[in-house]
Amino acid sequence: MNGNQAAVIEAESLVRAFGDRRAVDGVSLRVHSGETLALFGPNGAGKTTLLRLLGGLLKPEGGSARVGGEKVPGGADVRRQVGLISHRTLLYDALTARENVEFFARLYRVASPREAAARALERMKIADRSETPVRALSRGMKQRVSVARATVHSPTVILADEPFTGLDASGARALSALLAELRESGSAVVLVTHNIEEGLSLATHAAIMHRGRLVRTDERKSFDAGDYASSYRELVTAGE
Amino acid sequence: MNNFLGDALLIARKDLAIEFRTRSAFLSVLVFALLGIVIFYFAWDSTAVSAADLAPGVLWVIFTFSGLLGLHRSFGVEQEEGAIDGLLASPVSREAIFLGKAGANLIFVLAVQAIAIPAVSLFYNLPLGGIALPLSAIAILAAIGLVAVGTLFSSMAANTRLSELLLPMLSLPFFVPIVIPAAQATAKLLSGRPVGEAMSWLRLLLAFDLVFVAACMLAYPFTLEE
Repeated sequence: MNGNQAAVIEAESLVRAFGDRRAVDGVSLRVHSGETLALFGPNGAGKTTLLRLLGGLLKPEGGSARVGGEKVPGGADVRRQVGLISHRTLLYDALTARENVEFFARLYRVASPREAAARALERMKIADRSETPVRALSRGMKQRVSVARATVHSPTVILADEPFTGLDASGARALSALLAELRESGSAVVLVTHNIEEGLSLATHAAIMHRGRLVRTDERKSFDAGDYASSYRELVTAGE
Repeated sequence: MNNFLGDALLIARKDLAIEFRTRSAFLSVLVFALLGIVIFYFAWDSTAVSAADLAPGVLWVIFTFSGLLGLHRSFGVEQEEGAIDGLLASPVSREAIFLGKAGANLIFVLAVQAIAIPAVSLFYNLPLGGIALPLSAIAILAAIGLVAVGTLFSSMAANTRLSELLLPMLSLPFFVPIVIPAAQATAKLLSGRPVGEAMSWLRLLLAFDLVFVAACMLAYPFTLEE
């Protein structure tokens, strides 16, 4: 992907096993500034493990990963560049939406954390519930707060694992707009999703992961979305 | 260093805010502590054992087990929605996370002690006026050691299915070097011995605190590796 430029996210022959099973088995990829890689694959393909490796939450057993040129898992500087969105909310239920986002803004040393938290919540169209404890919010609203939490520090790398989980149409639009905005501002995005149409609409590149390996990687403009969806289904069915 | 302490303070404040909102752990620990004091009181034969002999044992049995109850929730709040991943992905050092969580746990344990010690004094008719200061020093020093060990093992146990069983199994053997000098020093004070006689136990307590706080903080990052 974009060969001349230095990649923001770089993985080289990454390996991670749980017991006998290799969840990630020799994955290499590069994502540059301003690119979005949509990563598809069936359950258990290793997508979440790959994202956790890139986010520095897991140590690779083989190969290496770099974010912004620095090895992961790494120190504070590399972690500061990453925004992690998960299918779990990563929030504290007893705190309000604002308190959650502001807490993380402070951890990331964002200037004026309260204002930054308000802006992040506004961007996800959840500002009117900012003083509501997270436990009182619906799943979709929690996910909006979770996205605000992950992006409050304007990360240059977004690792999004099923970020559309629980979002209604308005939430999904807000998230799509945010991901597009971040990409246009130069962030590199890895987006894991089961929804091919949604993923392809945001992607500059697409990859399919199966049994821990990247089995196909394409530039988005090189294929038709409909053909891609059917070949994905064929690939996954054949591999079962 | 300022950032390190600032991050730890931020995490401690967050944990205390959560506890203040829910009050679930504090109330259950307090009820446990007070119930323990009452049960010991009714099982006590005052003609066979003096209050000064019994009270140190009552106090430290209650602090040990109520501490475990409270410490169990320390990483429980991080597991509910996977918030620990958010913390670990942030630029905060693992040691600052440990210090922040241990700091919140310390305030929690001290708050329980601040209610339980006067309750023991009341039930067992033990005037604490003259020994309040050295007794507070023992309570604080022991709480630091218990919290350091408990926070480390709470983190280790949180990810397991048997966390409620694992935390006491891992912690209790390491609580012993803290509880023995604390109980011995408390016994000296409650039986009216001069404070100087408790000093050797206090020094031992301080030494264990230094060792446990340093060792647990250094070991903590390893408990987070999957």
